Amino acid sequence: MLSRVANSLYWMSRYIERAENIARIVDVNLQLLLDLRNLNEERLAKHWLPIVLTTGDEEQFFALHKKATAQNVTEFLVFQLENPNSITSAICQARENARMVRDQITIELWEELNRLYWFVRTPDAREAWKESPSEFFQQIKSSSLLIIGLAYTTLIRNEGWWFAQAGKYIERADKTSRILDLRYEALPARGLPLTVSETDALEWSAILRSCSAWDAYKSLHGAEVSPRLVAEFLLLSEDFPRSVRFCVDELNLALRRISGVAEGKFCNDAEKLSGRLLAELQFTTIEEVFEAGLHDYLDRLQGKLNDIGFALFNAYIVQNFTNIEEEMMVQQEEQQQQA
Amino acid sequence: MATKTKLPPRAGMLKGYDPEVFFDEMLTPDGQPRPHYHRFRELFQNLTLPEFDHKRQSVDLAFLRQGITFNVYGDKAGAEKIFPFDLLPRIIPAKEWEYLERGLIQRITALNLFLHDLYHEQRILKDGIIPPFYILSGKHFRREFVNFNVPKDIYIHVCGTDLIRDDQGNYLVLEDNGRCPSGVSYVLENRRAMKRTFPQMFENVGVRPVEDYPRELLRALQHIAPAGVSDPTVVLLTPGAYNSAYFEHTYLARQMGIEIVEGRDLLVRDARVFMRTTKGLQPVHVIYRRVDDDFIDPTVFRRDSMLGVPGLVHAYRAGNISLANSIGTGIADDKVMYYFVPKMIKYYLDQDPIIPNVPTYLANEETDKKYILDNLEQLVVKAANESGGYGMLIGPKATKDEIEEFRKKIEAEPRNYIAQPTISLSRHPTHVTEGLFEGRHIDLRPYIISGEKTVIVPGGLTRVALRKGSLVVNSSQGGGSKDTWVLYGDE
Repeated sequence: MLSRVANSLYWMSRYIERAENIARIVDVNLQLLLDLRNLNEERLAKHWLPIVLTTGDEEQFFALHKKATAQNVTEFLVFQLENPNSITSAICQARENARMVRDQITIELWEELNRLYWFVRTPDAREAWKESPSEFFQQIKSSSLLIIGLAYTTLIRNEGWWFAQAGKYIERADKTSRILDLRYEALPARGLPLTVSETDALEWSAILRSCSAWDAYKSLHGAEVSPRLVAEFLLLSEDFPRSVRFCVDELNLALRRISGVAEGKFCNDAEKLSGRLLAELQFTTIEEVFEAGLHDYLDRLQGKLNDIGFALFNAYIVQNFTNIEEEMMVQQEEQQQQA
Repeated sequence: MATKTKLPPRAGMLKGYDPEVFFDEMLTPDGQPRPHYHRFRELFQNLTLPEFDHKRQSVDLAFLRQGITFNVYGDKAGAEKIFPFDLLPRIIPAKEWEYLERGLIQRITALNLFLHDLYHEQRILKDGIIPPFYILSGKHFRREFVNFNVPKDIYIHVCGTDLIRDDQGNYLVLEDNGRCPSGVSYVLENRRAMKRTFPQMFENVGVRPVEDYPRELLRALQHIAPAGVSDPTVVLLTPGAYNSAYFEHTYLARQMGIEIVEGRDLLVRDARVFMRTTKGLQPVHVIYRRVDDDFIDPTVFRRDSMLGVPGLVHAYRAGNISLANSIGTGIADDKVMYYFVPKMIKYYLDQDPIIPNVPTYLANEETDKKYILDNLEQLVVKAANESGGYGMLIGPKATKDEIEEFRKKIEAEPRNYIAQPTISLSRHPTHVTEGLFEGRHIDLRPYIISGEKTVIVPGGLTRVALRKGSLVVNSSQGGGSKDTWVLYGDE
C-alpha cells in the first residue's frame, strides 16, 4: 500500500473519532451546567477551561477569545476553523483525507462522510445548533458513529483497514485519557480524595457520560460514582471499548497485523512501545496510578501515545504527506485538464 | 385519507418548445421529432412535471452526495461544484455514429503518424506541407524527444476530439485535445444516473453501453508496457486533490483497479520508477499521467515543479517506464497545427478528411491576418495553446474594448492566434426552469483510446452552454452536460 494512502486512512479515521469525541464532551458539559448551582463567571470559567485543555489548544483559544464562556468555548470547539481540533475542522480534514484515498474506501463510507461534511459546512449547521444544541450534537455523533460502523461493515480487511484502526484507537485512547483528566483540579496531587461532594459526583458522572460509559459503568458498579472506580473503569477496564487499555490492546493488534510480527516480539519502535504500554496497563492497579497522581500519570500516558504515533510514522510513512505547501496547491490547480 | 389526489394532467412535456432558426437536434424545422428521437419523446411526454422535477432533484442530490464535483479554479475556500447535468439526452442514430467513428479514427491515425514523423524524419516539414517555423515556435514541441522511440509508436493514447454541428447539421471538428483530455468520468456517471432515473427508457430505446471505457483504457495502458514486463504495474499520476479533475482521477483509478499516485509517491533509482509503499519500494511500469509535460520532471522541464518525479524522463528514455500520453503530444493540439490536420490526412493517408475542419485563418499569414483584423466583429479568435474556453474572443458577442484588446494581441503575437467564422452551433432542448424547455447550444467530445487497436466508446460527453445564447460549453464557463445515447439502430 502506498505510504501516502496509509497515512490518509490513518488520519481520516483519527479525525472522525476526534469529531465524535468532541461532540460528546461539549454536549455532556452543556447539559451538566443545567444541574449546577451558584454559577458565577469564575466558576463557569473553571468549568469550561479544562474542556478547552482537553483538546490541547489553550493558547489558540485565548488568541481568539477573551473569556472561557459557554458561548466562546462551544464556538471554538464546534465551528471555528482556526481551531484545528474543532468539530468542523476535524470533519473537514477527515473528508479531505478521504478524498485523497477515494479509490480505497467504499461508496457507502464516502457518501456518509461527504453528507456530514456538507451538513457542517452550510449555514444550516449553525441554525441547527442555535435551535437545539443537543439535537445538533446528536446529529454529529450519530453520523460519526454511522461512519465508523460503515467502515466496520464495508471496508475490506487489508493493510489499509489496520492503519485506519490504528488511527481510530490511538485517538480514542488519547481522548478518553483527556476526558478522565477533566476534573483533576478537584483531586489531591497524590492519592485518592477523602470525600466526594454531590457536585463532584455529578461531575464524575459527566465524565462517564462524556465517554458513553454511563450504562456500562452502572451495570458493573451500580449508581455509586467515585473517582477511584471511574478512573479504574476508563483506564484499566479490559472489556469497555473506550477504556485506554482496551484501545491500546486494539492498537497493538492493528500494528501487529500491519507487520505480521507475533505477540511478544517486535520489529519496529511502534510495536515495541505499544507492546510495552499494553503490558503496563495490564499489570497496573488503580491504587498505583493514584499514588503516582492521576494527572501526572495521564500526562505521561498521552506522551507515550504520541510516541507510538511518531514511531508508526517513521516505520511506514517516512515522508510528510499531510502538509501541502501553498505553492504546491497552486501548481496542482494549474495543471491543465483539457475540459 | 379518503380523497384521491388528482394527478396533474399529462402536460405533454416540451409543449410550446420552439427550435427557432437553429439546427435542432431533436426537431426538424417544421417541429416534428427526428426519427431517432421518436421513442424517447413518446416516453418523455408521458412524464408529469412533478415527476420530472423529482427526478431532476434526486439526480443533483446524488451527484453532490457522491462527490461528483469539480473544483473551481482560484477558489481558496475549496469550493466544489457539481457539473450541471441536464436530463434530456442527446441521441445519435447508428448510421451517424458509424460515420463519426470512421472520421475520428482517420484523424487520430493521421495525428499519430504526424507526431511520429515530427519526432523522427520530419518529412512533412521537408516536403513543405507545414512550414517548420510553426513547429519550432510551438509551445509544446519538445525537441528533447526528437529521435526518441515511444513504446509501440503510439503518441496519443487518449484523445478527446471536440465535434460541433453547424446550422445545416454538418459535423465539424472543432479541436483535438491530445494532452490530458478530461470529462470521461462524467460520461460514465451521467449514464449511471440516467439508468437509475429512466430505467424503462433504456429497455425501449436501445442505447449502446459505455461502461467498457475503463477496461479499454487499462488494456491500452497495459499494451504499452516496457519490453519484457508481462504483468505491468500501471498507475495513474494525478497532480493532487486540488486539481479540478481530481474526482475523475480517483474515479478512473478505482474503475481500473490501479493505484492513484502523486509525484511525491514515486521516485527513480537506477533509471527505474518505484512507488513508496508501507512495505518499501515497489516497481512501476506504466504511468497514465494527468500532469502536464512542463511539470512532470523538475530535472528536465520546469525546475520549480513540485508535482513531478525527478529522473522520470531519464527512466522514460531508458525504456523502463511508459507514459500515456507521450511527452510532446501538445504540439498536435496547438490550434495552428489544427489548421494543418486535413493536410496531414492527405499527406500520410492519401485520403480526404471524413469529418471536415472549421474554416480557419492563421494570423501569422499576411493575407489571413488582414482578413482577421478587418473582420474581428464576425470571427471567433482563439489563442493557439489555451483550452477550457479561456483566451477566446467571440466577435459577434464581444464589446468594442474586447475586440481592440484582441487586435493588439494578434498584432503583437500573430503566431499565437487563429480565427474562425462564428459557427451557429446546433441546439438541443434543455430544461431551463420549472418545466420550461429551451434550445441550448451543444457540442460533443468522444474519447478515442489508441492501444493495440483504436477504440471509441459509443457517444462521449455532450456539453451544453446553459446560458441563453452562449456558445461556450466549457464547465469553467457555465457549461453543463447531457448523457449521449448512441442507438443500436437509426430510430
